[in-house]
Amino acid sequence: MIVAAGSAETALAFIEVGALVLGLGLLARVASRLGVTAVPLYLIAGLAFGEGGFKELDVSEDFVALAAEIGVLLLLFSLGLEYSDVELRHGLKTGIPPGLLDMVLNAGPGVLLGLALGWSPLTAVLLGGVTWISSSGVISKVLADLGRVGFRETPAVLNLLVVEDLAMAIYLPVVAALIVGGTLAETLTSVGIALLVVVVILGIALKFGGQLSDRLSGGSNEELLLAVFGLMLLVAGIAQNFEVSGAIGAFLVGLALSGRTEERTMELISPLRDLFAATFFVFFSFQIDPADLIDVIGWAILLAIVTAATKTVTGWYAARRLGVSANGRMRAGTIMIARGEFSIVIAALGADLADGPQLGALAAGYVLLTAVFGPLATRYAEQLVPKARPVEVQAA
Amino acid sequence: MTEVRETKLPGVGVRHEFTTAEGQDLGVIVHHDGRREILAYDDKDPDACATLLNVSEHDTQTLAEILGVSHVSETVGEVRHEIEGLGLEWVELTDNSPAVGQTIADGAYRSETGATIVAVIRNRRPVPSPGPEFTLSAGDVAVAVGSHQGLTLLRALLTQ
Repeated sequence: MIVAAGSAETALAFIEVGALVLGLGLLARVASRLGVTAVPLYLIAGLAFGEGGFKELDVSEDFVALAAEIGVLLLLFSLGLEYSDVELRHGLKTGIPPGLLDMVLNAGPGVLLGLALGWSPLTAVLLGGVTWISSSGVISKVLADLGRVGFRETPAVLNLLVVEDLAMAIYLPVVAALIVGGTLAETLTSVGIALLVVVVILGIALKFGGQLSDRLSGGSNEELLLAVFGLMLLVAGIAQNFEVSGAIGAFLVGLALSGRTEERTMELISPLRDLFAATFFVFFSFQIDPADLIDVIGWAILLAIVTAATKTVTGWYAARRLGVSANGRMRAGTIMIARGEFSIVIAALGADLADGPQLGALAAGYVLLTAVFGPLATRYAEQLVPKARPVEVQAA
Repeated sequence: MTEVRETKLPGVGVRHEFTTAEGQDLGVIVHHDGRREILAYDDKDPDACATLLNVSEHDTQTLAEILGVSHVSETVGEVRHEIEGLGLEWVELTDNSPAVGQTIADGAYRSETGATIVAVIRNRRPVPSPGPEFTLSAGDVAVAVGSHQGLTLLRALLTQ
């Protein structure tokens, strides 16, 4: 496509994309006024303006679709940037027992509901992923907003997030391979290849990450931004070529960067991430028919209530291992309720499956509920603690 | 010295805490971006805390100087934290050390051992990044960074 100035189609595309991004900007402003994450608002906007909504994108759909895919890559990339390999190893050492409990208690209800609704086992597993992974974006924001970063239960929360994110590094490529499907032998082969590619990229990332960071460390911001963004897309593309989720390629590139290069990249890439990730959320819900959402909203509410309880139990248990008191355990439990970006990333994987539209609608409703009510619940966590100890009755 | 407890906060940084002589729990979060957050824990809910102060990396150094704390060990400690296989060693120079009275260039320590003297602590005051013309004297503590093998060699050269 040649972009000729004055072409009517280009003009229309500019207007569409411009209106879309401006609208997202207004929503982000509203969200920060309200002190909540913008993800639920983006989802609502997508529902209102997407399929079966008021207005559909016309000429710019391909562009927005690609931008949305890049948004997923950037989300995972910046997640990888946040952790150093030392932190990951430490998280793995201490986090396995609560991590397993987390998976069983929180993916379980999703899988069961998927099966009960008569979906294919694979779609049910995707719904399990949706309910499993808490939103590190929402949670780290709430921790900072409520001034809880230094609280004694916070390491338990952060370690749970680390383990969930590492689990994603296995879950995403395996599910991506399962979606491609085929005979049992073919599926097993593609799952094997997927895991192998993850291990190879992870090995390269850990071994040569330091050298890579040194290489990239000199030079201007422009050089660094272009080099890192290009590298991320390239690795993601190669991973995708092996039927491994490209997002994991991006995650591992983020993991490979360290030190000063990591910090600079974080600064440079976060505006890009905000732009593309917002596009991803809105594009995801563009494809959801509001009628589907109305059909499944009851299930979404039920699932949100059940998994809010199971997440609270998970966080409670993880915090108890650190010897934290009941108030702290309740704070840790409730802050984990919020699901967000990764639930949507997982649901988006299933878009082309037979029950994909229902999965998408259910995930959108579910994320809306948990991302809004989770942070509210944790704000009042101390009031939720059962008052079982009469000794505490004392004038404040 | 008071015991300082250290906890990793993945994606955030490291939290250090200790109990003051008066029994107050104090914490410092060193964020990945270098910002320091100074915390005081609550008496009623010992797991909760309030942020007393947020200081930038630069201000931390000023604050540390006013409080009379050497900053060298921590800065070097961070280097060790990031690079695996890299060691850190303090070598005290006694009166009969062969290095006393010689400059760092005279000793050619880096070319001999591969390890680098990154700071010298003299009279409890750190001299960061001493140049090749820096003359070592008895009682100095050389802070060196290098491979474990290089550091062993360097210790031998400085103390024999």
